[in-house]
Amino acid sequence: MKHLLSIADLGAEGIEEVLRVSDSFVEVSERAIPKVPTLRGKTVVSLFYEESTRTRLSFETAARRLSADVMNFSVGTSSVKKGESLKDTVETIEAMGIDAIVVRHSSAGVPWQLADWVDASVINAGDGWHEHPTQALLDCYTIRQRRGSLDGLRIAIVGDIKHSRVARSDVLAFTALGADVTLVAPPTLLPPSLEGWPVEVSHDFDGVLPKVDVVYLLRMQQERQTEALLPSLREYTARYGLTTRRAHLLQDDALVMHPGPMNRGVEIAAEVADLPSALITKQVANGVAVRMAVLFLLLGSGGDLG
Amino acid sequence: MTADDLRRAITRIAHEIIEHNHGLEHVALVGLQTGGVPLARRLAATLAEIEGSEVPVGTLDVAFYRDDIGLRPVLPEAVTDIPFDITGLTVVLVDDVLFTGRTVRAALNALNDYGRARAIQLAVMVDRGHRELPMRPDYVGKNLPTRRDEMVDVSEEGVVIGDIRDTDPRGRA
Repeated sequence: MKHLLSIADLGAEGIEEVLRVSDSFVEVSERAIPKVPTLRGKTVVSLFYEESTRTRLSFETAARRLSADVMNFSVGTSSVKKGESLKDTVETIEAMGIDAIVVRHSSAGVPWQLADWVDASVINAGDGWHEHPTQALLDCYTIRQRRGSLDGLRIAIVGDIKHSRVARSDVLAFTALGADVTLVAPPTLLPPSLEGWPVEVSHDFDGVLPKVDVVYLLRMQQERQTEALLPSLREYTARYGLTTRRAHLLQDDALVMHPGPMNRGVEIAAEVADLPSALITKQVANGVAVRMAVLFLLLGSGGDLG
Repeated sequence: MTADDLRRAITRIAHEIIEHNHGLEHVALVGLQTGGVPLARRLAATLAEIEGSEVPVGTLDVAFYRDDIGLRPVLPEAVTDIPFDITGLTVVLVDDVLFTGRTVRAALNALNDYGRARAIQLAVMVDRGHRELPMRPDYVGKNLPTRRDEMVDVSEEGVVIGDIRDTDPRGRA
């Protein structure tokens, strides 16, 4: 496989292969010198049309730990501001001789468009409300690390499903690996149609909590209030926030996850985020190893991914 | 080589390691994935029988250090596990077959990332020749002249040379 655009391209086998190779990169990350010479001479460009410090840093760290060279194309200060088209920008970057583009864009489908235009590998780091495949891979990895496998696990994804690329990629990945997914959200924050989604839907967070192995909270954005999708953030927290009271409804070994950045006190209570069952910093740490695995599999292994 | 030949070779190599290093203090074994790992474990058990002391055993996968990355499919076969600090130790690398020497080159680079060993030695069950790099083993089970296109298979049952070779450039079954 040349690009990583969607979780759907990987299938269960491809996901498992990424997770297996990630184990080796977790070992690399734990060494005194967490760096291998594997991608020496390769160049990875991060092209972020949407601000994202953590995902960009995670990818760039992953590339550096593989000894690749990293270029960071900063849209805010670049020719894009002077009106350069996406195609011209990408062709300019490619002319510098690069091997992979990590792209984030507010429009769904941009990574596919890029893959059409360039010879380099394209990695989708988030396109609109559509997909964020590496987030889903690191989420799967983190769950598997704790529970051995996702097969048969019950996972609740809670919050703004409608505007969440994380939710879309997670649903695809979790269900591909055999988990049962329940979406918990107010009706205004669900997609207009869930046809074809292999999920259940609930508006009763309290009722779902005792039954799940993993509760995955999404970031609640302030804008949803002004868009009149929510009466208020306080109201959201009252019905869908993982408060301390609700955390007690969870089974003892249930896991709490969040893609970050967290709004403490909104979708997750400050104390809950610091519980040992909360894997939020573990997700970040695993993110570097999983992205190393993706870069290695696309640029270095010569193997067939997916 | 039969299973008995293999056992005798392991016993001899164990004695050579002890003699060469004047005992087993500060000696550790690292088996190369995948063929060197069972040999390293058997060698460690034999060393323990002879000297009555345990040596640390690690396993190393050299995939990320290979020089043919991008030229052919390269994937790690297992997670490296070296649960001790190699700094100051004499590390005996253990592999089943020594062929071109490229795997050993990768292993030397990899070990360097785990610390500064006092010395690194190389033990192989079969040296089949055809070196492409200047590598010389310290301990050899058997020198086995082969053709380049033959394969050498080392298992518990012994060592077999076959005619058909698959795509593994390390020349294994």
